[in-house]
Amino acid sequence: MTELRIAFTLNGKRREHRVAAHRTLLDVLRDDLGAVEVKEGCGEGVCGTCTVLLDGEPVSSCLVLAGRVDGREIVTLRGLSDGEALHPLQAAFVEHGAAQCGFCTPGMILTAYAFLRDNPQAGRAEIRRAIAGNLCRCTGYTKIVDAIAACAKRAAPRG
Amino acid sequence: MPAVPFEYAAPATLTEALELLSTRGEDAKPLAGGQSLVPMLTLRLARPAIVVDLDRLRELRTVRRDNGMLEIGALVRHGAIERGEGALGACPLLQEAAPLIGNVRVRALGTIGGSVAHADPAAEFPAVVRALDGTVVAQSARGRREIAAADFFVGILTTALQPGELVVGILLPVPGARTGSAIEEFSRRVGDFAIAAAAAVVELDAAGRVARARVAMAGVGPVPQRLTRVEEALTGETPTGDTIRKALAARPLEIEPDGDVHASAAYRRHLAGVLAARALDRAAARAAGSVGP
Repeated sequence: MTELRIAFTLNGKRREHRVAAHRTLLDVLRDDLGAVEVKEGCGEGVCGTCTVLLDGEPVSSCLVLAGRVDGREIVTLRGLSDGEALHPLQAAFVEHGAAQCGFCTPGMILTAYAFLRDNPQAGRAEIRRAIAGNLCRCTGYTKIVDAIAACAKRAAPRG
Repeated sequence: MPAVPFEYAAPATLTEALELLSTRGEDAKPLAGGQSLVPMLTLRLARPAIVVDLDRLRELRTVRRDNGMLEIGALVRHGAIERGEGALGACPLLQEAAPLIGNVRVRALGTIGGSVAHADPAAEFPAVVRALDGTVVAQSARGRREIAAADFFVGILTTALQPGELVVGILLPVPGARTGSAIEEFSRRVGDFAIAAAAAVVELDAAGRVARARVAMAGVGPVPQRLTRVEEALTGETPTGDTIRKALAARPLEIEPDGDVHASAAYRRHLAGVLAARALDRAAARAAGSVGP
């Protein structure tokens, strides 16, 4: 067994950590660092509940070995807002009733965040494709798409 | 479930990585994007004594276009191929296949070398490499060799790689004039593994007849399978919906589909014919419309 010393940025804060090399980023975030906003679902990279941003890109934290994040930047849902005001996507999820049990919500919002950052004018069909890898077992997706589309529209130029 | 504890090394150079793979032999497992290997570790289907993480090997992330060939480093990610970054745009079939792979998170980390070395029978890139008559470049501490795609895929999750050998790159010919390609896939939901997929490449002569057609299938046999009898039957024909379907129907397709919970063998066989026809239709239309160099 190899033990690693890793240093990375979590939601803007530098973290130094000792970790056994066979553990995943998901385990480190939840069990060691208390980042319980990252949810463990399937553990196989299919459901999207453990999504985090790794250097800005959505990844399954259950499929990233901890050693891989040395020197990298991790953002979880908690990192999207400043702890006071909601991020516009979070506010839109509340407004549109896009969360029921809420288990998929952190991953869903992070995926939507990265997608809208790169495709600010996206339409509903593109949004549906973008979140296809994030499973929700409650809502039927309509309200989730409504919430994300509302943010896309807000970002669009008026005129 | 956590993986069974293993030793971990993240070498900084390819030479070091190959040395480790050579000395540790079958005890070692190279880690590329991790989108197949990490679940196998946490499900404890794979229990290597040591994981050799390739993430630091920048030399395997390069893409070169040279003499009509595209050499893609093994660690080039699906997302970069999907976006057609740099010279990657020179291979439209690969770019069309990339968004069909898994989900956005898989494509952010998954690599072409990893996909080819993993050799899942339903995976897109092995079929694309087979359709393009590509070459897999393998390297070990003893040297480097090139393996034709036709010889590389041996069985389910099994390749011609020897212990200690690593896929370091993929060589694909850049399509020439009057050449078109297309991939068609059917899966139950976006991001699922393909129940069947067909990758087609059609080259036309100056008169608009098929100079060469290639079709490779995924999901309907242990390895990506070329439909050589269909390819032969189409050669010299003007590609129309009719000639394409006649060529496909003339003799049984050279595939060995299995039935499982997702689809019966008979359904997969039917689907293979439908998808191959659609892929050939689109490839031929693109070939007719391509001006080329």
